[in-house]
Amino acid sequence: MAAASCTLRSTPLPAAVGSPAARSLLAASTRPVRANQRCLVVKAQKRELMMWEALREGLDEEMERDPTVCLMGEDVGHYGGSYKVSHGLYKKYGDMRLLDTPICENGFMGMGVGAAMTGLRPIVEGMNMGFLLLAFNQISNNCGMLHYTSGGQFKVPMVIRGPGGVGRQLGAEHSQRLESYFQSIPGVQLVACSTAANSKALLKSAIRSDNPIIFFEHVLLYNVKGEVHGPDYCQCLERAELVREGTDVTIFCYSRMRYVVMQAVAELEKQGYNPEVVDLISLKPFDMETISKSIKKTRKAIIVEECMKTGGIGASLSAVIHESLFNELDHEVLRLSSQDVPTSYAYELEAATIVQPEKVVAAVHKVCGVRVAA
Amino acid sequence: MLAAVSSHAAGAARQALGGSLTLAAAGLQRRGLAASAATVEGDTLTVEVNPYKVHRIEAPPTTVTATKDELLSYFKQLYRLRRMEISADMLYKAKAIRGFCHLYDGQEAVIVGLEAALEKSDSIITSYRNHATHVARGGTVAEVIGELMGRTTGASKGKGGSMHMYRREANFFGGQGIVGAQVPLGAGLALAHQYSDTGGVAVAMYGDGAANQGQIFESFNMAALWDLPCIFVCENNHYGMGTAEWRAAKSPAFYTRGDYMPGMKVDGMDVLAVRQAFAYAKQYAVANGPIVLEMDTYRYHGHSMSDPGSTYRTRDEISSIRQQRDPVEHVRKLLLDNGLVEASVIKGIEKDTKKEIDAAIEASKAAPFPDMKELWTNIYAAPLGMQLRGIDSTHVETLAA
Repeated sequence: MAAASCTLRSTPLPAAVGSPAARSLLAASTRPVRANQRCLVVKAQKRELMMWEALREGLDEEMERDPTVCLMGEDVGHYGGSYKVSHGLYKKYGDMRLLDTPICENGFMGMGVGAAMTGLRPIVEGMNMGFLLLAFNQISNNCGMLHYTSGGQFKVPMVIRGPGGVGRQLGAEHSQRLESYFQSIPGVQLVACSTAANSKALLKSAIRSDNPIIFFEHVLLYNVKGEVHGPDYCQCLERAELVREGTDVTIFCYSRMRYVVMQAVAELEKQGYNPEVVDLISLKPFDMETISKSIKKTRKAIIVEECMKTGGIGASLSAVIHESLFNELDHEVLRLSSQDVPTSYAYELEAATIVQPEKVVAAVHKVCGVRVAA
Repeated sequence: MLAAVSSHAAGAARQALGGSLTLAAAGLQRRGLAASAATVEGDTLTVEVNPYKVHRIEAPPTTVTATKDELLSYFKQLYRLRRMEISADMLYKAKAIRGFCHLYDGQEAVIVGLEAALEKSDSIITSYRNHATHVARGGTVAEVIGELMGRTTGASKGKGGSMHMYRREANFFGGQGIVGAQVPLGAGLALAHQYSDTGGVAVAMYGDGAANQGQIFESFNMAALWDLPCIFVCENNHYGMGTAEWRAAKSPAFYTRGDYMPGMKVDGMDVLAVRQAFAYAKQYAVANGPIVLEMDTYRYHGHSMSDPGSTYRTRDEISSIRQQRDPVEHVRKLLLDNGLVEASVIKGIEKDTKKEIDAAIEASKAAPFPDMKELWTNIYAAPLGMQLRGIDSTHVETLAA
């Protein structure tokens, strides 16, 4: 065997897990931090980073804290990640913990599940979420269901992350929204980050969680800048974010649609509207406390999503709202979703496939009535 | 060249493929007259096993030794597993077991030989044909029968069923419903051994049908690339449900399918040959990296209880294997023909085992079914008070561990 292939076997952990020193290291670093504790602010230190840097920082912090955390995927090691999320980390943690896999999603997803069953905390990266369709069986049947089928014996504390969503003319197969397909899988949680701050804080929680978390990033958000918190700040995975407090209507969104909505909101404010904007963050389970509190206040709901019209996150949320908050609504839920078509390469067609700010403005007009600016 | 015949006309298909491509001609090993070639010294038996076929590796010696006590323990386990699977057959026909039920009778020597060579700190994962694996890993027959009958006393509290048995404390990672999907998991178990430098191995078992899955090759590639301590085991019982190996695989030499990876074909009906192979393979895997073992074995039952198992193979074939290569009989003969024990000892073991199985069945029949609240448990390791809505959306269940 070539020398390069032996590097992995001879590269030990910083402290070999299993030795007394390592065991105490593990014990100290894996004090349970439950993701549902209200946001753990120890020292809020804020700096401005791009989302990819924020994710990288969160990853680095968690890998340093817990030697069982590792990342595996295509080009995550030496290349540093196709979106730079693991840039340079292999130099610090070695090839075993930043594992460059061959191109075999079904294989390495299953491998990640097996490793997680033994007590490691792997993060499996899909270079694009769309590629994880090849790993669907492993995600659904093994990652999602092993805790149940084993009668609670095994847990799968892994994070499956990667960018999805519609980019800039990437073509149909690289523009998919897999949250639609994954949402029915029992036993997984779905989280979508949207800002530099929440991407880092949510990723940290996801890594610490004992549940399998499917963590959705977006191809067009990696360079979004924002303030990030310090190493002890973890954000609750099951809580929605109140982006803008308002009174007229609640607009639900997630991931990149948050920015589309806020662009529409800039226009709507000029027109005299006062919308409340809620970033769902938790696509499964929905944060019904925040959702119902908002609807009870505004009595009108618009969902803005990048999923297709058929079977998306919005379809599920719309059903839930109608079923549980019917009497709180003055208007049926309006749902703005992508068209049920493959995403074209052509610029105009691609733009017409997804929700644009004008559509959000029109939807608000529809539920709130047209207003004349004050 | 495909013969234009239905999958049921197995005999015709074999002829169309040119000659009598029966299992015999396909290389199914004949049992050497091992019993007569054995020698005994004190309590230790020395015997020749059938030769190993090798790929990119030296074969281990075919002369093996075993003590009387070892052989007795193997016999007891083999007999126990056999009786357990037979009883599962009866319970299934009595409709006490439903759904899919894949029986292991005929293949017992593989798991017993494996356990004789390996430790409980080594990990193992296998397919849906996993009842025997659970017991071999230290589980009880009652846990298997209980699980098959869907009771709370079952290996997975009645929530997994036949294909989903696990035993965490013995590093038995299941049980798997989807053909071949356990093999990447097995590579992950091996990765974990290397990651944590345990010195142990992971065993990933699959069948001749699964051997053609793409994810098997993905696993081979990763394991070999990183020298993972993984023993891939193809339990070749020659039929992927109703499709014979020569009708599914361009190359049914499964021990060579790892290409760059060494491999060995083993007489899977002989517990001593299997033990030798696993001891050798573990040594190899820990020092060098992955290896493929092909177990030449046979299942008496059909693929599952839904498959009679006689439409694609002849009854003569089944009975001739039973007469010539039965794994339980082989060990019984080694013990009796070489004067290691009196026949009464064997009878005693058989009687006790039957009692054990009967007691397990009675206990399982009396055990409760899972309470309705179990519908909602073990969905998440950390339920966090998540809420799920019921069938008509009016019921809201707050999840607790």
